Amino acid sequence: MAFRGQVTLLGLAGATALATSASAESLEVTHWWTSGGEAAAVAHFAEAFRATGNEWVDGAIAGSGSTARPIIVSRLVGGDPMGATQFNHGRQAEELIEAGLFRDLSALAEAEGWRDVVNPPSLIDACTVDDRVYCVPVNIHSAQWLWLSDQAYADAGVAVPTNWSEFVAAAPALRDAGKVPLALGGQPWQAMIVFETLVPTLGGRDLYDAVYETKDADAARSDEMAAIWQAMADVREMSRGTNVQDWNQATNMVVTGAAGGQIMGDWAQGEFATAGMTAGEAYHCLPGLGENAVISTGGDAFYFPVLDDDAKSEAQDALASVLISPEAQVAFNLRKGSLPVRGDVDLEATNACMQKGLEILASGNTIRSTPELINEDTGTQIGDLVTQFMNEDAMTPEDAQERFAVIIEDAE
Amino acid sequence: MDETGRPRRPLRNLSAKLAMLPMILTALVVFVGGTLWTVVHSFTDSKLLPRLDWAGLEQYDRLWSSDRWLVSIENLVIYGVLSLVFSFLIGFVLAALLDQKIRFEDTFRTIFLYPFALSFIVTGLVWQWLLNPDFGIQSVLRDWGWDVTVDPLYDPGIVIYGVLVAGLWQGTGFVMCLMLAGLRGIDEDIWKAARVDGIPKWKTYLFVVLPMMRPVMVTALVIVTAGIVKLYDLIVAQTGGGPGIASEVPAKYVYDFMFRAQNLGQGFAASTMMLVTVAIILIPWAYLEFGGKRR
Amino acid sequence: MSDSARSAAADPSGPVPTGPRPRRRVSRGNVMLYGTLIVIAVYYLLPLYVMVVTSLKGMPEIRVGNIFAPPVEVTFEPWVKAWGEACTGLNCDGLSRGFWNSVSILVPSVVLSIAVSSISGYALTAWRFRGSETFFTILIFGAFIPYQVMLYPLVILLRELGLYGSLWGLVLVHTIFGMPILTLLFRNYFATVPKELIKAARVDGAEFWTIFLKILAPMSLPIFVVAVILQVTGIWNDFLFGVVFTRPETYPMTVQLNNIVNSVQGVKEYNVNMAATILTGLVPLTVYFVSGKLFVRGIAAGAVKG
Repeated sequence: MAFRGQVTLLGLAGATALATSASAESLEVTHWWTSGGEAAAVAHFAEAFRATGNEWVDGAIAGSGSTARPIIVSRLVGGDPMGATQFNHGRQAEELIEAGLFRDLSALAEAEGWRDVVNPPSLIDACTVDDRVYCVPVNIHSAQWLWLSDQAYADAGVAVPTNWSEFVAAAPALRDAGKVPLALGGQPWQAMIVFETLVPTLGGRDLYDAVYETKDADAARSDEMAAIWQAMADVREMSRGTNVQDWNQATNMVVTGAAGGQIMGDWAQGEFATAGMTAGEAYHCLPGLGENAVISTGGDAFYFPVLDDDAKSEAQDALASVLISPEAQVAFNLRKGSLPVRGDVDLEATNACMQKGLEILASGNTIRSTPELINEDTGTQIGDLVTQFMNEDAMTPEDAQERFAVIIEDAE
Repeated sequence: MDETGRPRRPLRNLSAKLAMLPMILTALVVFVGGTLWTVVHSFTDSKLLPRLDWAGLEQYDRLWSSDRWLVSIENLVIYGVLSLVFSFLIGFVLAALLDQKIRFEDTFRTIFLYPFALSFIVTGLVWQWLLNPDFGIQSVLRDWGWDVTVDPLYDPGIVIYGVLVAGLWQGTGFVMCLMLAGLRGIDEDIWKAARVDGIPKWKTYLFVVLPMMRPVMVTALVIVTAGIVKLYDLIVAQTGGGPGIASEVPAKYVYDFMFRAQNLGQGFAASTMMLVTVAIILIPWAYLEFGGKRR
Repeated sequence: MSDSARSAAADPSGPVPTGPRPRRRVSRGNVMLYGTLIVIAVYYLLPLYVMVVTSLKGMPEIRVGNIFAPPVEVTFEPWVKAWGEACTGLNCDGLSRGFWNSVSILVPSVVLSIAVSSISGYALTAWRFRGSETFFTILIFGAFIPYQVMLYPLVILLRELGLYGSLWGLVLVHTIFGMPILTLLFRNYFATVPKELIKAARVDGAEFWTIFLKILAPMSLPIFVVAVILQVTGIWNDFLFGVVFTRPETYPMTVQLNNIVNSVQGVKEYNVNMAATILTGLVPLTVYFVSGKLFVRGIAAGAVKG
């Protein structure tokens, strides 16, 4: 149903494209939003851009950044840059900025007062290098959510937990009922999400900042951190028997009641919606695990390669301005299931979980996402460690903590 | 070093040299050039973009102190040896069976070869399902009342064999095809002679035909080995390197560090180690194979 | 397909095989032969069965699902969607969008790479000169270099040649990476051709090109078929080079396949994934089936040799 609507919309957009005059500037936009809902969301950006009299040439590439990144970097290095590209903001783009491959958007940012409207301000900081703004943040995704299956708990005869300690306490009852307490897919990044959720929620913001931002090895060796690794050992025990790889297969176990819960980002919402379940009735969500309602504000941003053509540069400015405009922000994020980057727009979210997210965002209880704080190299090392820990019972929490501390010590 | 092209006909030799020019350029510019470039950059601390900031042996230190790299190498050895043995065995047997002037040869050949046409991403996914203990082969067998355990992908000790099953399924068809081409290149007279002499068929295959197929075998060996060294997509799709790091392979280490971790230097160091290993094996062998045979 | 094979094998009273040489009637050995082939064929077909069955189910059925169960309600929607409706970002025309792009990349790449490599292989067999084997060894070494490692050097090379972003740049890349294995393939196959044949032709004064085109190539049909299989598969399924060295207007079909199959976030539609994979595989599969007939003709060529 939703799908048909989207096709019609795109059909219209296509027709408009044909009608545009040849004098319009066309910009090739690369991004990795390709699933049904994501593509429908991008259509709103494209439509708004076309309304400025320009042409959006879509260059979608699916997969995570590791698929798209070599392609984007090759195009830039090969001297055949696109007009605009999605790129995770934060540390990843720094080198390309230093190499002078991305345009400085400071003038536009100044004129439109991005710094005043973007909330949380850390998002615009992530786009800033040496006081110059190089990217436009477009949405916020958060990872710190615990999704719970009402049915699983009903079957096991215990109440649906309202926080992490209750969740852990209820685990044996679920096991007795033949269920997996915590579904966790086999791909390494999913174990990472769990870890990055436990640190700020059970350990608190201070611990998170000390470890990830200041890279304090003492904090990484502290008792608070030891508690996190103990909790990871609990997770190891509770997730035993998940036996699936993809995150959405794990989510599906929560949907069908085969598992009690899953720690996953806000995008898991879509799976429950597809299954026709309503938040608060058939499933529950606990941002910050119900312990400490804090969410990280990761997300996506757009960068604009330097092009040797004034008319194209103008079109780039027009696109940047469209991406952050209130109308496009609302339309895009409603479709995408993410939160807008502007504090001054009203997203009429009907979904209970999305509403919770918006409230936390408004309250300012947010943390910066890990890609903004540590580079991907360190992230990969932590990821390898976490996934190894989750799958090797022989590794004690103490061993893991020490190895973690060494990685943090070496981090830049 | 003989001069097969006779010097008294320089023009004819010239066209042979001209014909080989693309190969020579590719070998020198792309492969030698690209390899040198990689080796040089493995001594730098290049991150997202290749840069010449020297870091000495730092990348190699880190590489050899990484658990993941060591596991990767072990897996490659296990997978490589078994994959070579089985793909040759199965490939040759299938080719010999198809060479019996059977009916429906086209159909059978296409059945054995079709997996080769499918993308690794979905091959991995399908085998991941088939080997899933909860809804794959194990659950079916248990429904039939056989209490067996078929969950290689969730047992770190044997996960690499689960990958092997999928890898063989995908690749043996092509080895078969190559062998079949070799068999088709064998003179009919040889068979006639063997039949006249009353040599049993299997003996003819083993002692007469097989030795004659040596060149095709060498080709198959290089193709299969190159595929093993580059093993990447299947692992990503089927196990993601898991459980934990139990099914990691070197090529995945290289790509992950180059493009995910954005530590080009580390990725180049790992690929340099891979290339050095290949060179150590390849050069003496190539000398015997290509150099010694000249008469 | 295997049904008809099975009935032929299991029914000895059926029509006698009408092969070129009906020397063996249906015997116990024959039953063994076909039995073995059929058992192996089942192993090879099982994953395909799962793929086809999955592609005919709706998503709710897959979620519930036993992967082996036939669809309760057969739907062709996933196939329609994979071919003509699945979106790559904003372009919702499915795999069909990249089909002709893939063809226009495939044809010149396959032709050029096989032409260059077969000639190199021929020159290496019959016209060796000082150092030619050294270059060849280096070339073989290239077969073991992971493509991704060569990505940045290649980008720089093509930029310097001014070919970056053009179709010919991509064709060149495919030719380069096809060359090690193809050259080896041809060199080793040509080596099995009796030396006397070439020598005699040279004594008769035949030229470099004449010997290749008139004598060697026609009798090497099976190996050309193998080369075509290898290249069609490799180039048709290539994703990385196709996307790096082209523009969105000329993206090959695999970019779309990747977009359908490889989405990390959002809902994974396994049924569409399976349909898309089978659809994308159809071109190589057709080539396999058609070229298979040529294999048989390879025997005829071999007979000429004797």
